[in-house]
Amino acid sequence: MTAAELNALTVHDALARLDNGDCTSVDLVDALAAEIQTRDGDLGAFVSVDVDTARAEAEAADRARAAGKGGRLCGIPIAVKDVLNVRGQPCTCASRILDGYVAPYDATAIARLRAEGAVFLGRTNMDEFAMGGSTENSALHVTRNPRNRAYVPGGSSGGSAAAVAGGLALCALGTDTGGSIRQPAAFCGCVGLKPSYGRVSRYGLTAFASSLDQIGPMTRTVRDAALLQEILSGVDPLDATSVAAPVPPYAAQLTTDLRGVTLGVPAEYGVEGLDAGVDKAVREAIARCRALGARVVEVSLPHTAYAIATYYIVATAEASANLARFDGVRYGKRCADAQDPLDLYKRTRAAGFGPEVKRRIILGTYVLSSGYHHAYYLKAQKVRTLIRRDFEQAFAVCDALLTPCTPTPAFRIGEKTQDPLQMYLGDIFTVTANLAGIAGLSVPCGATPEGLPIGLQILGPAMKEENVLRVGHANETARGEGWIG
Amino acid sequence: MNYRISIGLEVHVQLQTRSKMFCGCAVAFGAAPNTHVCPVCLGYPGAMPAMNREAVVLTVRTGLMIGSTISTYSKFDRKSYFYPDMPKNYQITQYDRPLCENGTVVADGGDGAKTVRIRRIHLEEDVAKNTHFAQASGVDFNRAGVPLMEIVTQPDMTSPEDAFHFLLALKQILQYADVSGCNLEEGNIRCDVNCSVRPEGQEELGTKTELKNLNTFKGVLHALKYESERQMEVLRTGGRVAQETRRWDADAGETYSMRSKEDAHDYRYFPEPDLMPVVLTEGEVDAWRAALPEMPGDRRTRLVRDHGIPEYDAGVLVADKALADYFEAAAKLAQNAKAVSNWMMTEMLRLLGETERDIRTVPITPAALASLVKLVDARTLNSNTAKEIFAELFATGGDPDAMVKQRGLAQVSDRGAIGALVDAAMAENPGPVADFRGGKVAAAKFLVGQVMKKSKGKADPQLVAKLLEEKLAGGGM
Repeated sequence: MTAAELNALTVHDALARLDNGDCTSVDLVDALAAEIQTRDGDLGAFVSVDVDTARAEAEAADRARAAGKGGRLCGIPIAVKDVLNVRGQPCTCASRILDGYVAPYDATAIARLRAEGAVFLGRTNMDEFAMGGSTENSALHVTRNPRNRAYVPGGSSGGSAAAVAGGLALCALGTDTGGSIRQPAAFCGCVGLKPSYGRVSRYGLTAFASSLDQIGPMTRTVRDAALLQEILSGVDPLDATSVAAPVPPYAAQLTTDLRGVTLGVPAEYGVEGLDAGVDKAVREAIARCRALGARVVEVSLPHTAYAIATYYIVATAEASANLARFDGVRYGKRCADAQDPLDLYKRTRAAGFGPEVKRRIILGTYVLSSGYHHAYYLKAQKVRTLIRRDFEQAFAVCDALLTPCTPTPAFRIGEKTQDPLQMYLGDIFTVTANLAGIAGLSVPCGATPEGLPIGLQILGPAMKEENVLRVGHANETARGEGWIG
Repeated sequence: MNYRISIGLEVHVQLQTRSKMFCGCAVAFGAAPNTHVCPVCLGYPGAMPAMNREAVVLTVRTGLMIGSTISTYSKFDRKSYFYPDMPKNYQITQYDRPLCENGTVVADGGDGAKTVRIRRIHLEEDVAKNTHFAQASGVDFNRAGVPLMEIVTQPDMTSPEDAFHFLLALKQILQYADVSGCNLEEGNIRCDVNCSVRPEGQEELGTKTELKNLNTFKGVLHALKYESERQMEVLRTGGRVAQETRRWDADAGETYSMRSKEDAHDYRYFPEPDLMPVVLTEGEVDAWRAALPEMPGDRRTRLVRDHGIPEYDAGVLVADKALADYFEAAAKLAQNAKAVSNWMMTEMLRLLGETERDIRTVPITPAALASLVKLVDARTLNSNTAKEIFAELFATGGDPDAMVKQRGLAQVSDRGAIGALVDAAMAENPGPVADFRGGKVAAAKFLVGQVMKKSKGKADPQLVAKLLEEKLAGGGM
C-alpha cells in the first residue's frame, strides 16, 4: 500500500488491513510520520511527535499481532491532545508554564488505549489549557484548517481535528469542556464525540473545569468513534466522578436506519447570527433522518439563553482553582531570581500564562470572591440545574436531539482574536451538553460553497452514547460521501 | 478593672490511617524528604483525589465519642490560597457541611470539671512541611495529604489553664478512640488558638486574636498566658485590641503580629468537583456507635466500681489508656486488683518516670506482675523481696515464679525454723530483750530486724513478730 493510501484509512479499515497482512503497524507509523514531516510545518496540528517511541510501540504491536495476542486497537497510531498525560512524554497544554514538564504517569484513558495495543504517535496543538475555540490561544503556534489554510480548525482540540481531517492521524483524542471536541470536528469535517460526564475517567486529564471536562474520540467515521468509546468508557477508582454504568458494544449496535427512533428539534435553535448555509445543511439532515424512519418532534429548551453566561461562570470558577497549581515550585517553568514565594508566583504566572488564560483565571477568581459568590457562582449553579431539567424533559419525549454544532462554519484566522465575547458566543450550541452532563456527537452534514465543513450535533441522554452514535452513523451512511466529507 | 478571658481552639489531629487522605502514599513520619509522594499529593497536572474511607470512619468515631451529630450528607470543598506547602494551592477541606457537628468535652483541671462545647469536626488534607535554610527553603511533601481532622470548639474556655486541661482531655479521648498517634513531637496534634478579653460585666466578647500552629500543650498554655495578659494591658492603657493573626515565639516567650484583618485571605470556597459528597447511612453510623470504645470517664467509674480501687488511682490509670489497659490485664490474672493498682501507682509509675519508658514497651508483662502479686498474697514472698523482683522484671523481664524457685527466695514460714532464729536473736541480744521487758516496746522492732537478718530476708515478718512477742511475753530463757 502507498503512504497516501495508508494515511487515508479509517481505524476499522486499518485494523482489517493489519489483520490481512496488507500492512504493518510500523508501515502506518512510518507513513504518518513522513506525512507529518512533509506537511505539518504548514498545518501545525502537532506540538510534538516522538517517532522513535511510536515506532518501538508499533514493532511491539506487530509482534503481538503475529502472536495472536493483540488488543482491539493493536497497532493503531493515535494522536493525543497535549492536555493528556502520557508517561514519558511532555504535556504542555500548549502553555509556556509547562515548559520542561514530562508526565510521570499515564492518564487512565491512555492506559486503556495502551492496554488495547494503541500506538502513541504524537501530541496535538490546542488552545492553551483548552481555553478557546480556534487553537489561536496556543502559546506554541497556529494550527490551520486542513480544508482551507486561511481558516481556523476550531478549538480547543484544533490540532486533533486538523490531524484527523488532514490525513496526519487515523484517530485522535480530544477533550471537551464546552464544545472543544465537537466544534473543531465540525470546522474540520470529522467526527467528534463528547461522552456523558463520568463516562470516561478524567484521571490524567489536566483539568480546565472539573465538572464539565470529558475526554472523547475524534475520528473519520462514527463507527471508529464507537470503537474508541467502547475502550475509553468505564468506571475508574482514580476518578470519583466516573460512573459505573454498563458499557454497551457501541459499534456492533450501529444501524443504517432510524426506525423506531424519535428525534427532537429544539425550538430555540434558530438563534440570531445562525449562518444560512449551516441552517440549510441541518434542515437537510433532519429531513434525511425522517427519511431513514425517525419520527421528528419539536421540543423546548427554555433556559438555553442563559447557557453561555452560566458556562463562563462555572468553567472559569473551577479553572481559577485548577490552574493555581502552576506556580513554578514543583515542575514546569520557574522564573529566575525570585525574591520570595509571592514574587515567584507572580513572575512565573505572569510570564507563563497567555492572555486568555489570565482573563479566565481573573474572571473565575472574581465570581468566587466573597461578596460576589452568591450573585455569580451560586446563581450559575441554580441555572445549571434548570438547564439540566430542560434536557430531562426533552429526553422524556425523544431519544436524541438534533441541532447545528456551531452557528457558523470556521472563521478566518485572526478574525475574532480581538473580540473574546464573539468567540464565547460561538459556543451556544455546545456548552449546554457539558452543563447538563449529557452525550454529544458532531458529524459532518455538508459544506459551505467555500468548502468549509458543517457539523450536525446530536445530543443524547446521559450514559446513552449508543443513541447519538446510532443517529450519527445512519446519517453518515446515508450521505455516503466517505470521511473526506 | 477585672477582665474575663474567652478562648476557643481549632485542633488539627493527624489520623492514623495507613495511606494518605486522597492517594495511596504511606503515612510515615521521619522518612527521607519527598519519598512518600505521588502525582496526587504533589498536585501534578491531571491527578485527582480518591477519598480514603478509613479517614471518614475515624472522624465519625471521634464525633460519636464526644456526642456530635453525625451528618449523613457531607461534602468536600476547595479552600484557595497560595503557599509553597500547598501542592495544588488549594486545600481540600469541608466548609459548610462538616462530618460532625456539636458535642462536648469535659476537662477536669482539678478545680472542678468544665464542659467545653465543640462546634464541629471536619476532615481535610495536611499540607507539606517547609524547612528554611540559610540560602534557600525546602519543602517536604511526605506530610502533604495526610488525613487531618479539625476539631473546632466554642469560646468556652476562660483561662489558659482551661485550654491546657481541655487539650489533655481531648488527647485522652483521641487515644481511647484509637484515631490518632497523638504524638506531639511528630506533629500529630497542632492548635490554632483564638483569644479575647473583655471587662467584667460586659456580655459581648472582646476582639479576638488568633495564634497559629502551636504544637505543644505547654506552648498553648504559655502563649495564652502571654497573649491574654497583653490584651488586658492594651485595654488597661486605653487601647483597642486589633483583630489579627499573631505568631507565638516560644524562645522569646512573646507573640507578635503576622497579619491584620485587612490582609485576611479570601479563601473562595466552592464544592470540590473532583469528589462526590460523603453519604453515610443511619445503619452505618449506628454500627459505628455500637462499636465505640469506652470513654475515659466511664472507664474510671467502672474501675472504681468493679475493682474497688480508689477514685484517685482510677483517675491516674485511666489518664493514659495504655496504663489502664495494662492494669486491667494484670488485675484479671492476679485476682487482686487493689494490689495490682498499688504496684502500678507506686513502683511502676516511679520506674516509668525515672527511666522515661513507655508502659507499652516495658519488659515486665501484665502476667508477670500478676504472678508477683499472687506470690505476695500466698506469702511466698515478702514485700521487700517482691520489690527487688519487680525492679528486675521492669528492667529485664522474666517469670517471677521461676525466679523464686531458682534463687530459693521463697519466704520461710516454718514455725520451728523461725522459732529457732528468734531464740538465737534473743540470746545474742540480752540488752534489747531486757529493755522490752522493762517496757520499751520499740526494742521489739530491733529484734525483728535481727531475726530477718539471720533469715537473709526470707522469714515471714509477721510470723517473726508473732513468735517474738510470744517468747518475750513468756519470759523464757
